[in-house]
Amino acid sequence: MSLATLTKPWAAFSYGFLDASAKRELRRKMLKAIAVPGCQMPYASREVPMARGWGTGGLQVTLTLLKPTSRVKVIDQGADDSVNAASIRKFLHRVSGATETWDTLDATIIQSRHRVPEERLRDDQILVLQVPNPEPLRPVEPNMSTARQMHADADYGRLWLVLYEQIVRSGRVMQGAAYPSLVNGRHVMTPSPIPRWDVPKLNMARHLTFLSAGREKRLYAVPPFTRVEPLAFSDVPYKVEDHGNLTCSRSGVTGFFMNEIPQEDGSAVHELSDSHLGIKAIRRAEGEAAPIGATWYQNGEFRA
Amino acid sequence: MTATQLHAQLPPQLMTTPPLLTVSGVNRRFGDVVALHDVSARVYPGEVLGIVGESGSGKSTLLRMMNLEDTPDSGDYRLALPGVTGNLFELDRFARRMLCARHIGIVYQNPHLGLLMKNSSSGNVAERLLIAGERSFATLRSKARVALEASEFPLARMDAPPIELSGGMQQRVQLAKAIALEPALLLLDEPTTGLDVSVQALVLDTLKRLQRDRAITMVIVSHDLGVIRTMADRVMVMRRGRVVEEGLADQIFQDPQHEYTQALVHAKL
Ligand SMILES: Nc1ncnc2c1ncn2[C@@H]1O[C@H](COP(=O)(O)OP(=O)(O)OP(=O)(O)O)[C@@H](O)[C@H]1O
Ligand SMILES: [Mg+2]
Repeated sequence: MSLATLTKPWAAFSYGFLDASAKRELRRKMLKAIAVPGCQMPYASREVPMARGWGTGGLQVTLTLLKPTSRVKVIDQGADDSVNAASIRKFLHRVSGATETWDTLDATIIQSRHRVPEERLRDDQILVLQVPNPEPLRPVEPNMSTARQMHADADYGRLWLVLYEQIVRSGRVMQGAAYPSLVNGRHVMTPSPIPRWDVPKLNMARHLTFLSAGREKRLYAVPPFTRVEPLAFSDVPYKVEDHGNLTCSRSGVTGFFMNEIPQEDGSAVHELSDSHLGIKAIRRAEGEAAPIGATWYQNGEFRA
Repeated sequence: MTATQLHAQLPPQLMTTPPLLTVSGVNRRFGDVVALHDVSARVYPGEVLGIVGESGSGKSTLLRMMNLEDTPDSGDYRLALPGVTGNLFELDRFARRMLCARHIGIVYQNPHLGLLMKNSSSGNVAERLLIAGERSFATLRSKARVALEASEFPLARMDAPPIELSGGMQQRVQLAKAIALEPALLLLDEPTTGLDVSVQALVLDTLKRLQRDRAITMVIVSHDLGVIRTMADRVMVMRRGRVVEEGLADQIFQDPQHEYTQALVHAKL
């Protein structure tokens, strides 16, 4: 007996890594998710060459959407060049032949974890967000079947109560990332760990957004031109992070979401969180042609 | 004797208004235990119906039915309220929840059943308003304050979690929550059992005052005849899932007919 008799004969991977039946199932669930905006659809999460919790949910959706003419951008914490983003992008290219890109304007599919790009997305672009905890009701209802019943009844009083308690205790809403938001006036979703700054970008957007959690095996969607309203009391307006007048220390750009970089002397400087927008701004300042698209925020103010 | 016959035996009624609440022919079994057998009851607007009976006689089960938390094996339940029609036991879960939130308030013997112990007291009251769709923080705040004040809760502690409060105060939070939406019907399941006598008297005072001021229709369950005597206009005596006697409070206490009621009243006196 030789090793060759024990192993399967060599065969190429399926196009896009996932086998055809996996992709068919995912596509069906993605269509369902579009049909009922914000409603979580359970799916059979497959093995991908990456550990659960590192974006396997987003990866499976992206793999299902890819075609050889796709141009794919992957962002991790706003950066295209982090190890995680670079490896996912390279993997996507290898299994599909899709072109890798860093430029938001150039991409057809954008997979991201913490950020929605600052440049406005178009109707020919799809945003895929990796979600660690898809269930907005988890903090108030640990029993998942009860939580599903609450979604069915649109019973969101307890989520509102959380906001009430935060205002009573601290004078303001403390919820930072993953801010619960009502989709299409019906289902409350948790919009992945994107900051509050990015939630308004999903409201009535031209692009399609998928949100997918690999470990929890659930995906949901925000179709184009769908209302996404962060839960907020009528007399306590929703506030985004106070980044409107911070300036990026590298590109000199003002009015966008920034990362804080602590310095040795105890102070801190800021850096544009959308790294490729920063790169384009620097190139432009140096006289190169680097087109920057229209942005959702202008001078730190959101423009609908 | 069936409950229908009981109704026929009642003295001529002065009330010409139809009953607010009508349950009829309710049966409920848990395995071999007959928790309710052909139970019927009516409560007229503004009236307080007291339900007494020994432990296990089905009082709480009946109250849970009235709060639509449980469905009977058979039976009919009607509330004479605008926009509310048909047998309420046949409503789906969603319609039940909306009906309960809007028209029925309940206070449980065990505050753990009725309150979120780690949220603030005012938040517990506010949750009711949130379910009904209130979205202004200032309004939530002021309505919670009004409800807590009406149930004579010390406002200085309105943001303390119930878990840090005394039993009497917890019952007041439950009460505030129950009346926050000004329900047509208030259900009270042993609201003062487990409180010490002086606190019990204070809570009963609050209930009496609320009843007087707002003319809320109430159903109060207790195995304490003293409580029933203080609160109720009419009394229903239950035993082993059946109604054994029903009548005006004075009549039941002065001239009980059924031997079980006689024993009960005499044991008390
Ligand atoms: N969920 C349940 N499952 C099984 N049996 C139940 C259930 N609820 C009530 N029972 C039974 O039904 C009967 C009536 O119970 P219920 O709680 O209504 O009595 P009660 O009159 O409120 O008594 P107490 O004064 O002790 O509160 C009891 O024999 C009880 O064991
Ligand atoms: Mg009981």
